[in-house]
Amino acid sequence: MALFNRTPRAPLEYSRTLWLRGWVTAVMVFLYAPLIVLMVFSFNDSKRNVVWRGFSTKYYVKAWNDSTLVEALVNSLTIAALATLFSLVLGTFAAIMLWRFRFPFKGAVDGVMSLPIIVPEICLGVAFLIFFAAIDWPSGLIWPFNLSAITIAHITFCFPFVTMVVRSRLASFNKEQEEAAKDLGASEWQAFRDVLLPHIRPALVAGALLAFTLSLDDFVITFFTAGPDTITFPVKVYSMVRFSVTPVVNAASTVLIILTVVLTALALKYQGVKSIAESH
Amino acid sequence: MTEAKLPIISIQNITKRYPGAPVAAVDNVSLDIMPGEFFVLLGPSGCGKTTLLRMIAGFEIPTSGTILIDGQDMAAVPPNKRPVNMVFQSYAVFPHMSVEQNVGYGLRIAGVGGDEISSRVREALELVKLDGLEKRKPDQLSGGQRQRVALARSLVMRPKVLLLDEPLSALDAKLRAQMQFELSDLQDEVGITFVTVTHDQDEALSMAGRIAVMNKGEVAQLATPSDLYEYPANRFVADFVGSVNLFEGKLTLDEPDRAAVDCPGLGKVYLNHGVTGSHGSDVWVALRPEKIYLHVPGEGKAIRAAAQDAPEDHNLARGHIKGMSYLGDITLFEIKLDSGAMIRVSRPNLSRHDQEDFTWDDRVSMHWRADSPVVLLS
Repeated sequence: MALFNRTPRAPLEYSRTLWLRGWVTAVMVFLYAPLIVLMVFSFNDSKRNVVWRGFSTKYYVKAWNDSTLVEALVNSLTIAALATLFSLVLGTFAAIMLWRFRFPFKGAVDGVMSLPIIVPEICLGVAFLIFFAAIDWPSGLIWPFNLSAITIAHITFCFPFVTMVVRSRLASFNKEQEEAAKDLGASEWQAFRDVLLPHIRPALVAGALLAFTLSLDDFVITFFTAGPDTITFPVKVYSMVRFSVTPVVNAASTVLIILTVVLTALALKYQGVKSIAESH
Repeated sequence: MTEAKLPIISIQNITKRYPGAPVAAVDNVSLDIMPGEFFVLLGPSGCGKTTLLRMIAGFEIPTSGTILIDGQDMAAVPPNKRPVNMVFQSYAVFPHMSVEQNVGYGLRIAGVGGDEISSRVREALELVKLDGLEKRKPDQLSGGQRQRVALARSLVMRPKVLLLDEPLSALDAKLRAQMQFELSDLQDEVGITFVTVTHDQDEALSMAGRIAVMNKGEVAQLATPSDLYEYPANRFVADFVGSVNLFEGKLTLDEPDRAAVDCPGLGKVYLNHGVTGSHGSDVWVALRPEKIYLHVPGEGKAIRAAAQDAPEDHNLARGHIKGMSYLGDITLFEIKLDSGAMIRVSRPNLSRHDQEDFTWDDRVSMHWRADSPVVLLS
């Protein structure tokens, strides 16, 4: 009988187990169906988003011509880039400080440093609102200085993530390597550049990606810190959705998704995965 | 050491005390290392040997004392400016650089020209027999090869002294034995002073010109390998280097050309040379297992003939075999003496059937030559 002629399943050949295949498919659908629906309907030739009326790219054109939407996107990308840059530098040095040195109240500093990760975003948002109002942070400046408050807020909640990633990478660093570099004549800075930096590079890439995406899609904190004249992409989408979910929103979101996916893929291809694999 | 050479490294009253530690890691150590020497710091873990090595390299700052390298005080000289190079226990080969880049790193930092770098790197790799692997990354090398990279990386700098921290501990037994010879040969070839730290006495004995045995931050004895083994200065050295039977006793005879010790555990021990110690004082007798001869009782004449370098009833013992381990080249016996004390005896298996001579619970007699025991005062 055919049923009994099947070759038996090897111990790790899980892909041949029927229930497991079904389970994995269900998880995939659950995770990615909404994204796929969003992307598919961005090409829908209809004002309303529920029924498929044929293929069209007109909403991409419409989104491109919506100057406030483009402005919001440019703002978001600018904030994300600046926040990434600053949190990368700050976060890396904080990680190195906590890893390398012993100093009084180190435990307390360590705890306070990761506070922005733990504190609910809404609290941070309110705190920033009150803080910027209290110190009378100037608003209504010209671009890109009108983004300064949001950028500062973003750096605050992004850099602890960089610190976290870089620190876990530093834990696997063999300090004898740095000593070996110095033994061979390298100065403190040369040893850092030639030995420590290459070791933590994958963590820097991962940390930067994390900071960039966290900043790009942040809504709550941005909403509280944005002045009346500045708008970011998530805030703009939110205000558009309040009127109606048009395919313009879908189109803009699809562009953003593709942008982040491509960036991540490039970063992983040229730095991350390869050096992570090499170092283990 | 009678040559009128100046020491390449002179360690003077060096003490290292870590904050919060009750005892000093290195306690008032003074020693001179001569140019071209293969010097070994030997001791159990925590004895301060690595700390001492790291102070020579400049990675630890001495609490007090002076280190001179080639006559120059090193107190204010940072590690990257010292004329020494170190091979680390983990080798610390840079994983993101190729073999070639690793070996050339120090020269690049020193600003040596590209042509000279490549010729010196090639030379160094030939020296450690790694030529042909220039382009490999460290993760494509075996443990032994990585160690050679670390060696070449240091040797290429032409240091006055090469420091090696437990250089062979990460290698398997066969490779370690081979590298012991290679390191000795290499040292002969380049003529650089080697200072090695190890906890492995075989490694120390086979490679060293001189050995400083360290214990609890102090130098317990500084001697050549054979002196260390045959003339240990104290119980710690006797016990740490090789294996030894130790018996407490009282000095009963103390003359310039002979001495005798009465040990409750072992019996009367006679020595055909004088010892430093006063009559009646408490001493220890150290007797190496391989220096004891085993006999079947009843071979009385043979024993007497063999023990004729000692007075009657001296340098003799009797007991039962309590344990045996056959190790191929030798057989180890654990023997319970009639006094109740245990003694360890090793016996070479000179013929294929030697291990059949004795078995468990056999009654045996032992004797040793009058120049075999060592009398220790501390």
